[in-house]
Amino acid sequence: MAHDIKKKHPMEEQNPQERVKNFDEVPFGYDIDTAVAEAERCLDCKKAPCRQGCPVEVNIPAFIMSIKDRKFEESIAAMKADNSLPAICGRVCPQESQCESFCVRAKKGEPVGIGRLERFIADWQLKEGVEDPKLPEPTGKKVAVVGAGPAGLTCAGDLAKLGHDVTMYEAFHTPGGVLVYGIPEFRLPKEIVAKEVDYIQRLGVKLETNMVIGKTITVDELFEEHGFDAVFIGTGAGLPTFLGIPGENLLGVYSANEFLTRTNLMKAYRFPEFDTPIHVGKNVAVVGAGNVAMDSARTALRLGAENVYIVYRRSDKEMPARLEEIHHAEEEGVQFRLLTNPIGINGDDKGWVKGMECMQMRLCEPDESGRCRPEPIEDSNFVLDVDTVVVAVGQTPNPLVPQTTTGLKTGRKGTIDADEFGKTSREGVWAGGDIVTGAATVINAMGAGKMAAKNIDEYLKSK
Amino acid sequence: MYKLVTKEVLSDVSKKFEVEAPLVAKKAQPGQFIILRVDEQGERVPLTIADSDPERGTITIIFQEVGLTTKCLGQKEAGDYIADFVGPLGKPMEFPEEPGRVIAVGGGVGIAPVYPKVKGFHKAGMDVTSIIGARCKDLLILEDEMRAVSKELHVCTDDGSYGHHGFVSDILQKYLDDGEPIAEIIAVGPLPMMRAIVNQTRPYGVKTVVSLNPVMVDGTGMCGACRVTVGEETKFTCVDGPVFDGHQVDFDELVARSRMYLDQEKKALENCRCGGAK
Ligand SMILES: Cc1cc2nc3c(=O)[nH]c(=O)nc-3n(C[C@H](O)[C@H](O)[C@H](O)COP(=O)(O)OP(=O)(O)OC[C@H]3O[C@@H](n4cnc5c(N)ncnc54)[C@H](O)[C@@H]3O)c2cc1C
Ligand SMILES: Cc1cc2nc3c(=O)[nH]c(=O)nc-3n(C[C@H](O)[C@H](O)[C@H](O)COP(=O)(O)OP(=O)(O)OC[C@H]3O[C@@H](n4cnc5c(N)ncnc54)[C@H](O)[C@@H]3O)c2cc1C
Ligand code: SF4
Ligand code: SF4
Ligand code: FES
Ligand SMILES: [Mg+2]
Repeated sequence: MAHDIKKKHPMEEQNPQERVKNFDEVPFGYDIDTAVAEAERCLDCKKAPCRQGCPVEVNIPAFIMSIKDRKFEESIAAMKADNSLPAICGRVCPQESQCESFCVRAKKGEPVGIGRLERFIADWQLKEGVEDPKLPEPTGKKVAVVGAGPAGLTCAGDLAKLGHDVTMYEAFHTPGGVLVYGIPEFRLPKEIVAKEVDYIQRLGVKLETNMVIGKTITVDELFEEHGFDAVFIGTGAGLPTFLGIPGENLLGVYSANEFLTRTNLMKAYRFPEFDTPIHVGKNVAVVGAGNVAMDSARTALRLGAENVYIVYRRSDKEMPARLEEIHHAEEEGVQFRLLTNPIGINGDDKGWVKGMECMQMRLCEPDESGRCRPEPIEDSNFVLDVDTVVVAVGQTPNPLVPQTTTGLKTGRKGTIDADEFGKTSREGVWAGGDIVTGAATVINAMGAGKMAAKNIDEYLKSK
Repeated sequence: MYKLVTKEVLSDVSKKFEVEAPLVAKKAQPGQFIILRVDEQGERVPLTIADSDPERGTITIIFQEVGLTTKCLGQKEAGDYIADFVGPLGKPMEFPEEPGRVIAVGGGVGIAPVYPKVKGFHKAGMDVTSIIGARCKDLLILEDEMRAVSKELHVCTDDGSYGHHGFVSDILQKYLDDGEPIAEIIAVGPLPMMRAIVNQTRPYGVKTVVSLNPVMVDGTGMCGACRVTVGEETKFTCVDGPVFDGHQVDFDELVARSRMYLDQEKKALENCRCGGAK
């Protein structure tokens, strides 16, 4: 019986030596028989503890039991009732700290591969082709959604399903937010994002790209001149943080945002077929140890770097990236320089990076965040031989929209203040995703978009 | 897709388009810029808003063909479309606080970004003395337009083929010397020209603003490609500028950074798919 299998069914993936030479997706996904076998590991628990680990409370046993019975239509319907972007979440959710961490099977052996099954059923549907949804009578209410990342896409889709007239405004020339400009092709193929966006457009959502809200149109004008009844802001946390150390403006120093945007959105990895250039030297230091850092490091390898270092001032236990990503990075040959803090970047006479000065650190007692505060070890300075530096130490919200919208309260770190329903201090304006929480996760952003859509619908009905 | 409504060839290397972009035209202020992409494989390049017509819903761009993207754009004709056009980006220009003469200096294709600023002053009822220059007469652009909005216009060419034989700095020096108070100097042009003007005016303590043109990607503050050092601080040109106090700008860094992709730019031109490169 599959019930007895202690471990998840493995998912085939490209071997590390091969995959560092291409940008194709690393794991291949389950085939039907493996998916059914993995589904058989699920105990169909009455209380389904796994659900409380999912920010949108996907009905996990329901979608998995349908896979077990090979009723794939039913499975995807159960999934999409709560999660409109499963092909994306199945790939990028930190399942080990969310749904799967609550699975009863994790007590003895590995949890059910919820993420892998989610990916399977979503891909099955994308292959089969998605039927055109039936839409309700138009309500005649107009809603503007600012930002076409996971928060905006989810909110727009849900509002359209409720019959509202929705227009999505996106600053970039392509929708998707971090899903297209940040997360690399080898982790999330852009074709999948495009298909999900296409589905949302088929729900009747209008998409206006090249619209920087706050510049091209302000939120105030969306109400006053464009006749919207409500506005949802999902502009994310796009502002890069730098280290504030000497040499950061040298040639060869990138923010992770720039490095990844050039590669993913602008397709610099296919230069000169695509026009946008990127520079990657022989030895690359990536500062930071979150998902963004792992993505940058793995991207640098694929762009031809010989040595790629993760430089992180704490120890391996504190690295914020998903385990799977750290593991993938290690397999591919990324070198970890832990308890190492950059203090300056050295340049040559033409202004190019030629080394990064670092200090060794030691950990002391945990701080308020529960992480151990690192302290420099005296006289431990050394120069890491690198010619490219990617700074991946976090992003904060872009102030463009908050600055240009009247009556919008913001928090200390530039986030927009919103209640649990996404309602802001200004009537008719909701916000959700990274712009409210600071940099978080795809599924949290989606959850916020969903919650706001429900609340906006109630508001529009009461008006 | 964005329609190119009219095209004008200003010189061998400079072209002018009016682009249909009604929302941008409604908002555009002197000093701001747009970012465009010619086609789906294209890169994002910034160009100054040289003029805008809210009634007709058009934005005027003037550019010099220096590499792949500007050459591809130059191949387009009136009636053609380009993939993307976003703006207006950056901060609008500010008017000087001090009374006195305003002098605008434009070099080469830098005359294009200087023009909307002079026009802005003119509209606000302020007099501007303009000094424009180019390598030779054939490369001089916007002379008539500049004359129409300036109180006085001086023209210089490096080779003496038209107007004053010499540099814009020669004429500027006369104004610095004659002692009449100068409220502000606006200098826009190639980096070496802006650096020279800034160094020239520094000893006189005359406020000198420049419009910077570092490499950009998004133009909304999310990538940091456009960072420059102004005073002791790092600024993002696309959101904090592009106009800055020239005496505070670290030009050495800016010049170095603007050369970051020279090798790739050469390669891109060799592989040019639009037939724009020779
Ligand atoms: C490199 C990287 C890797 C990541 N990996 C993971 C992962 O593996 N798993 C995970 O769960 N999370 C991951 N995250 C985090 C996750 O991607 C974000 O939490 C999520 O995308 C936030 O969604 P959002 O909709 O709030 O914002 P975003 O995805 O940032 O989308 C915001 C959108 O708004 C647009 N916008 C911004 N300003 C304006 C404006 N003024 N006018 C119009 N449009 C505007 C932006 O262009 C963008 O398209 C990663 C993040 C990064 C950067
Ligand atoms: C705010 C701003 C306003 C500008 N206004 C004008 C204008 O009105 N008219 C005009 O002719 N030019 C203007 N420029 C410069 C123009 O953007 C570049 O000439 C153009 O990007 C060159 O692209 P290319 O592919 O043709 O040439 P390339 O061969 O790729 O580049 C030539 C040089 O242009 C610079 N450059 C390259 N890519 C970029 C980029 N993505 N962003 C910025 N600079 C780049 C680099 O210094 C490079 O060495 C402006 C730049 C900025 C930042
Ligand atoms: S959406 Fe994410 S957290 Fe929720 S069940 Fe799917 S993989 Fe787990
Ligand atoms: S907790 Fe695990 S075994 Fe139980 S229903 Fe959820 S996925 Fe299945
Ligand atoms: S161009 Fe990206 S921050 Fe200015
Ligand atoms: Mg170029």
